[in-house]
Formats: sequence, structure tokens, C-alpha cells
Amino acid sequence: MSNSKLNKNSIENIGDQYDEKYGFHKPENYSFKSKRGLNRAIVEEISKMKQEPQWMLDFRLRALEIFNAKPMPNWGDSKLLNEIQFDNIFYYIKPGEKQSKDWNEVPKDIKDTFDKLGIPEAERKFLAGVTAQYESEVVYHSIRKDLEAQGVIFLDMDSGLREHPDIVKKYFGTIIPPMDNKFSALNSAVWSGGSFIYVPKGVKVSIPLQAYFRINAENMGQFERTLIIADEGSSIHYIEGCTAPTYSSDSLHSAVVELIAEKGAKIRYTTIQNWSKNVYNLVTKRAVAKEKATVEWIDGNLGSKLTMKFPCVYLVGEGAHGEILSVAFSGANQHQDAGAKIYHVAPHTTSVITSKSISKDGGRSTYRGMVKVFKGAHHVKSSVRCDALLLDDHSRSDTYPTMEIDEENVTVGHEASVSKVGDEQLFYLTSRGISESDAVTMVVNGFIEPFTKELPLEYAVELNRLIQLEMEGSVG
Amino acid sequence: MKPIFEIKNLHVSVDGKEILKGINLTLERGKVHALMGRNGSGKTTLAYTIMGHPKYVVTQGEILFKGENMVPLKPHERARKKLFLAFQYPVAIPGVSVGNFLRASMKAVRGGEIPIKEFRTLLKEKMKFLGMADTVVGRYVNDGFSGGEKKKLEVLQLALLEPEITVLDETDSGLDIDALTTVAGGINQLRDSNRSMLVITHYQRLLNYIKPDYVHVLMDGKLVQSGGPELALVLEEKGYDWICQTQN
Repeated sequence: MSNSKLNKNSIENIGDQYDEKYGFHKPENYSFKSKRGLNRAIVEEISKMKQEPQWMLDFRLRALEIFNAKPMPNWGDSKLLNEIQFDNIFYYIKPGEKQSKDWNEVPKDIKDTFDKLGIPEAERKFLAGVTAQYESEVVYHSIRKDLEAQGVIFLDMDSGLREHPDIVKKYFGTIIPPMDNKFSALNSAVWSGGSFIYVPKGVKVSIPLQAYFRINAENMGQFERTLIIADEGSSIHYIEGCTAPTYSSDSLHSAVVELIAEKGAKIRYTTIQNWSKNVYNLVTKRAVAKEKATVEWIDGNLGSKLTMKFPCVYLVGEGAHGEILSVAFSGANQHQDAGAKIYHVAPHTTSVITSKSISKDGGRSTYRGMVKVFKGAHHVKSSVRCDALLLDDHSRSDTYPTMEIDEENVTVGHEASVSKVGDEQLFYLTSRGISESDAVTMVVNGFIEPFTKELPLEYAVELNRLIQLEMEGSVG
Repeated sequence: MKPIFEIKNLHVSVDGKEILKGINLTLERGKVHALMGRNGSGKTTLAYTIMGHPKYVVTQGEILFKGENMVPLKPHERARKKLFLAFQYPVAIPGVSVGNFLRASMKAVRGGEIPIKEFRTLLKEKMKFLGMADTVVGRYVNDGFSGGEKKKLEVLQLALLEPEITVLDETDSGLDIDALTTVAGGINQLRDSNRSMLVITHYQRLLNYIKPDYVHVLMDGKLVQSGGPELALVLEEKGYDWICQTQN
């Protein structure tokens, strides 16, 4: 037994609330803020301000046409989707003139924000590199010198395009083309910021790199774009976090994330999504895993008004492995429509999907999953497990698992469960002196333990704290 | 002197159906009371009611612990006053490690943080006595435990929380003879002049290992007979029907 093991789930008394800890906002001293709404002129202006090559402008304009032409998805939470007021959103905000490598050079309000969110502290303690995005642009960026010396590229996407145009042109938009869906088209038209990572052959980055995305302005639209390429035999762990102020009207976050794991490479992509409850979070995430490569999506969704996000892995090389482990937490006025997609294209590929959802106070969780095995992808193994936990009678959980198997020699398993925090579990814990609210928190933290144990310790502790914060007052 | 624990005219209903129909039972300080009865006689109902399970509604009567009525108190409040129930069927809490659970529980019952070093030493000692493997600490509470492991974990909690009133609900069920010996040994070790125990059992077997000072018989929601340890032997020999006959 180790200390850390004992302390990991320890129940602390955290008294503060989202609004105080994350939901604050700072004055706007921006160098540029677009007018509300989206049109061709705004897209052209973004591209011009970024001094982009012509091909990128063309890419954006084509994507804008696709966005305008594509109807809203007719599946999922159509009611909430159709309430998005695209004309009310600010599509591009440039917070300052430059990006810094020193927190002391970051404008004070912005630095204060990230200080309060604990980013510089986390960087000092356990990260190999950080990008901090505020509104549309990355305002701070760093990477450890030893990684840089090994040829690891970790930049914001705009710098990536400027400094490595060949790599970007080769891969950008190839995994998720603008045509993919309405929101990938939107992102492709107005993208700004995000991360560009290239890990050279054989380089193993053992300490995580992190990006943090912060929205500050009301009705902000944040559209970061991330591209990670892990070359043969390399490995990388990337973590992203995000928060926003609480406002009475809606903001929009729509990212596109493309991952490429070359032969034998390993990418782990961890997300702790904690947007305020007025943010639409409509994100497209997809990875390609080549021969014997591994891609893992570790996806935690706590915040937002509506999240639609189904991280995906295409297993295109023999022996590739994909894993998607997700947790969704839905409280009042929240719908977490999350899930996972695995496409077994090559033989001897394996995948594991584990989904955990918790709904309370009328919140709604949906698991939407797809496992597809293509003809010729023999000796495939896949297992899917979805567990939903309901904390009261007026919350809701739905599961839509889809399986399309076009090959015979495969092993595919699916298990699903819906449970309530059991009266007998609560009685057992309370009969040992543990208060009812602590007992519920314990059961909930235990329920998501398969997820938290995959996080770096600091994040696991933070996640448990967040859950506790959400749980407060849920039991009388 | 006031009795330490006194159940007075206790009527209990579950889902509107009356199960306990006026129980009167006094536990003496430092004594072991056995409660025997057939399945369905209300033994577990009494155990759950003493601990305050919300489904078991007290419609009449009192449960007095040192003169204070426990009935209005929630389970965690009763536990903090040093009442304890060892469950017949302890539930699994997946994802919650035994170590975290025990520490949270001890903290709650003691009313303060327990230093990690002290906790570990104490835990090691008690677990060793019960023949429990160190690895149990990292496992999830009762998750995938054998019958013997579950009962040992119950007794371990009993040892750590040091209650004044202990209810043991069918602690012998599902145990082989080796496990029973160990578990009973653990319980006997905890007998002292300050602790009272109510040992609930269907069979006399357990009472060969935990010698009671008194034996009570529960039948159809009522206590029908009380006596010394010899009563258990008579029951073993003549069966519960014998009591029915003496009642008529």
C-alpha cells in the first residue's frame, strides 16, 4: 500500500463553486475583435492577419461554402443544436500582438487568468511543454529544451503552418476534411490556434505536453485546430484542458483534432473538458493508427451545455490498437452526447471502448458508438463497455451502440449497464460513519475509477475535486 | 444503573408490512447476547433497524443507547455514536479501495484525521491477526471477494472502529470451518467489559465459537423466549417447533 494510492481518492471539503473558480472573466483589452457573425470577409480577414499562404485561404473559403450549404445534423440533440445563433458569435478575437515564452511578458489580465487556473504551476511541476490559448490565439508557449534538441516540434498551429508548411500541407485536413460534417467545415473556415506536434522517429516523450484553452469574452467562438504526427516508433502524451466564464448567453467551441500514429508509434490524447454551462462544445476528433501503432483517447466531459464528441480511431495497419476511455458527467441543463468510433480496416487490429456516464439533476447523457470491421480485417478483437449511473429519477441516459461487422473471423463483445447509486451501497457506507453526501461522492468516484487511474495523479486528484464540486448539495 | 442499550416495544414496517411486532430487548454492558430465529422471523430487520436503514420504518417504540433514542438519527450519526452492524451480505463498492474506505470511515467515526503512519500500523496489525493478505487494502471494497474475505473485512472494520454496541448479522453464513474459526477468533478478541454484542444467527454452530451470555429467540416478529447459553443447545436439539409448542 502506498501513500499516493490512499490519498488519490481522498475526500476533501472543497467549498467553492465553478463560477468562482473558473467562471470569472477579465476586461477585454484586445488588439482585434471581429464583428458578430460569419461571412466571407471575416474569413479573408483572419487569413490576411495571419499572413497565410494562398492554399490555406482557398481551403478556408471552400470550407465556408460547405458550412453554409450543409444542413444541421438531423440526429442528436436537434433542439439544442437549432438554438445556436451563429450570427451572434464572435468568430475571431486576437487578444494581443505577440506570443510569449515567458509568463511575465503575457498581458497581466491574461496571466492572472492562467495563474488562477494553475497552469504555470502545473508546467513547473510536471509538464514538458505548454501552450495556453486565450480566445483565438496562443498567448504563451514553451517546450523543454531537451525535447527541442531531439527534434520534437511543439507549436501552436499557426506557427506550425508558418515554420513547417510542407508537413502541414501534407497532413492538414486529410484525416478530417471540411466535408466531414457541418462543424468540421466551420472549424476549417475560421480555425485559429490549437497545437501542432511532430515527434521524430523513435523519440519517446515520457512527460506530457499540455494545451489549455480559455474563452473569456461573451458569445465567443473558439475554433482551435490540432494536428499531431507521431513518426515511426515514437510516443507522446498530450493533455488538453479548457474552461470559460459563466454567461447568460451562449458561446461556441468547435475544434478539429487530427492524429497520425505511424508504424509502431503511440499517441495518448487526454482531455478534461470543463466548459461553463453556456458553451456549445461540438468537436471532431479522429486518429489514424498504422501498423502496430496505438492510439488512446482519454476523454473526460464535465462541463458545457451540449457536447457532441465521438473520438475516432481508424486502425489501418496490421496489429494496430485503438482505445477510447471516456467519462461524461451531466448536471442540470446539460447534455453530454459523447461516444467513440473504431474502424477496423486492417487484420489483427484490436480495440477497447469504455464509456462511463453520470447523470444528475435532470442532466442527460448519451453514449453513441460505432465499431466497424471491414471485409478482410480478419482476427479483429474489439470490446465495448458502457456503464451509466443515474443519481436521481429525473435524469436520463441513452445508449446507441452500432456495430457493423463485414468479416467473419472476429471477436466483438459489447456490455452495457445502467444503474442507480444503490440504496444498499449508501447504507453500507453511511453505517460506517460516512455522511450521505460523502458516500455518494465515493460511489461516483469509484464508478469512474477506471478512468481516473489512467490520468496523471495531479489530474486524477483535480477530477475528483471537480466531481465533488458538482456533487455538492446533491443529497439533502 | 441505566442499561447501555434498550429496545422498547419496537414495531417496524417494511413497505407497509409490519415485520417486528413489539420487541423488548435489553443488552447488558460487556455481554454477548445471541438472537436466534428461523429465516423470516425478523432477525435482519432488527439488525437493519438498529443501524437505521431508511427502508425500515419504526412505527412505534424506541431504541435507547445510553438513554438517547436512536430512531431519529441517520445511519452515519449512529455509527459515530459507536453503533456497528456487521452485514450478512456486505455490498461491493467498485472503484473504492479498501484502504480509502477504511480510512474515511475511521476518520468519520473518530471525528478527526488519523495520521497515515498510525493508520497503516494499526491496519497491518489487525489484518495480520485476521489472516488477511496485505493486497486486500488495494482491492475494491467487497468486489470479487469470497464469502470468507467479506466476513473478515466486516470483522476488520469492527476491530478498527471499536464500537460499544455491535450487531453481527449471520456472520457465520457462507463460511467454511477454517474461516469461521478465524472470524470467531477475531470477534472473541474484541470482547471486553465495555462492549456489548448482539450475535444474530440461524444455527447454533456459531455459538460454539462465540459463547453467549444470553440467548433470545425471535419468532414472527416477537421475542418469544430468553435464557442462558443452554437455551441454544435445547433449540439445537429440539428445533424451533419446540418453542412453538411451548407457546401454545
